Amino acid sequence: MRYDKDNGKQIYGTLLPNLNPASLKGRLIVVEGADGSGRSTQVGLLQDWLEENGYATVQVGLKRSMLAGQELERAMQGHTLSPITFSLFYATDFADQLEQEIIPALRADFIVLADRYIYTTMVRDIARGMNPDWVRDVYSIALVPDIIFYLDVSPKVLAERTLRKNSVLSYWESGMDIRRSGDWYECFIRYQRQVHKVFEGMATAYGFEVVDGNRTPLQVAADLRRRMRALLGMEARSSAKKARKKRRAEKA
Amino acid sequence: MKKTGNKLDRELPGKLIAVEGLDGSGKSTQISLLKRWLEIGQHKVFFTEWNSSPLVRRATRTGKRNKSLTPSTFALIHCTDFADRYERQILPLLHAGFIVLADRYIYTAFARDAVRGCDREWIRKIYSFARPPDLTFFFHVPLQVALNRILEGRPRLKWYEAGMDLQLSMDPYESFRIFQGRIQDEYLRMADNCKFLTVDAGNAPQLQQKLMRKVINQRINLEKYKWPVHLIPPDRSHLYHALR
Repeated sequence: MRYDKDNGKQIYGTLLPNLNPASLKGRLIVVEGADGSGRSTQVGLLQDWLEENGYATVQVGLKRSMLAGQELERAMQGHTLSPITFSLFYATDFADQLEQEIIPALRADFIVLADRYIYTTMVRDIARGMNPDWVRDVYSIALVPDIIFYLDVSPKVLAERTLRKNSVLSYWESGMDIRRSGDWYECFIRYQRQVHKVFEGMATAYGFEVVDGNRTPLQVAADLRRRMRALLGMEARSSAKKARKKRRAEKA
Repeated sequence: MKKTGNKLDRELPGKLIAVEGLDGSGKSTQISLLKRWLEIGQHKVFFTEWNSSPLVRRATRTGKRNKSLTPSTFALIHCTDFADRYERQILPLLHAGFIVLADRYIYTAFARDAVRGCDREWIRKIYSFARPPDLTFFFHVPLQVALNRILEGRPRLKWYEAGMDLQLSMDPYESFRIFQGRIQDEYLRMADNCKFLTVDAGNAPQLQQKLMRKVINQRINLEKYKWPVHLIPPDRSHLYHALR
């Protein structure tokens, strides 16, 4: 869905009480991708760049709500989270950020950068056997973003990057709660492949901008900036330079 | 009806009995009497209460203390709480052939969240993983009677309990009155659709209990839910004497 400044925001289906989406003038930028896809690095780079260009930004992400962030983190340390509970706890965390952070920021014409939004959690839930319709219904309170970047990275590269960074694979990112084998590496690859498949299925339905994340961080960042310039109606760097040159030439 | 991977239409060995109604309608008294009756009759019975999962307790407390819960997060955190009890207790117990007694079930959420302004459809959808009870008793009491029972001692009403978040009144007692009235309306609205068995909660307690037991005997073959003799939880003094 394209950004249209006059129309404000749209919702996926269920209107929150006392919300007028048309009054939300800011922009909602989502970056999705698995752990190790370079997602957080890219979100940070985007934020630096936007702020340098004078745009007020805020960042949101999973498990960052005041209400449920810490408790969710704690719950994930234990192993008693059943799939529906898991799913709803994340939805609570999301809803709190939506109402306490995202909506107020959009109302104030900020750019909201979401280091993952609803799609990662939806994909995880579906990978855990939840009914996709139910998952969609739960998250139907979400606002439709102006753009959704999906950093597409192969499971093998994800494993390499995660191991380089943390020296171990994460329990949840390896799908160990639904494991079918005792081998962590194999579980990780299988689980990530499954997640990848679900993501791909959503890409068209939700209009993801698929970004090849197997490249270097600088290449990916340049790609994201190019797409952001188009979205924000900023002049492309080369044409801006040309314009400056032209003005200088005219002065002279 | 396939929802969230559960087959809700599949009959389970256990039975689920829920009570619903306003605070002060006497439902908790009645369900504890039911529990005693079933226990004494040596039935496999389990009792569960609304809002009691240890998993989200701290988060709920934080939200209530900071008054940061909105209608949607209030709904979702209670749904999470319920899901935890449902997945880890209620459903396994029903599979294991227990009679599960629930003091408040999903209809409490349907009523409260609707009053708070959440979309009714959405609330029903987020709870669609839950099986409807085999029997739902709704304790119908005139609003004023329920209010008198709760407010008699002028207890300190909690913020959300009084519905203060809805800004109905600056006075907690007045707010509570209006809030409870709206909840009652919601209950009555869904009574038919949700197959409530209405109990006139103005009647004497023993009369209400008699009626409930009669209905249960008619609808449920209680013999099936008796502990096999060798599994009756032994009384310790009985064991002690047997050892002598």
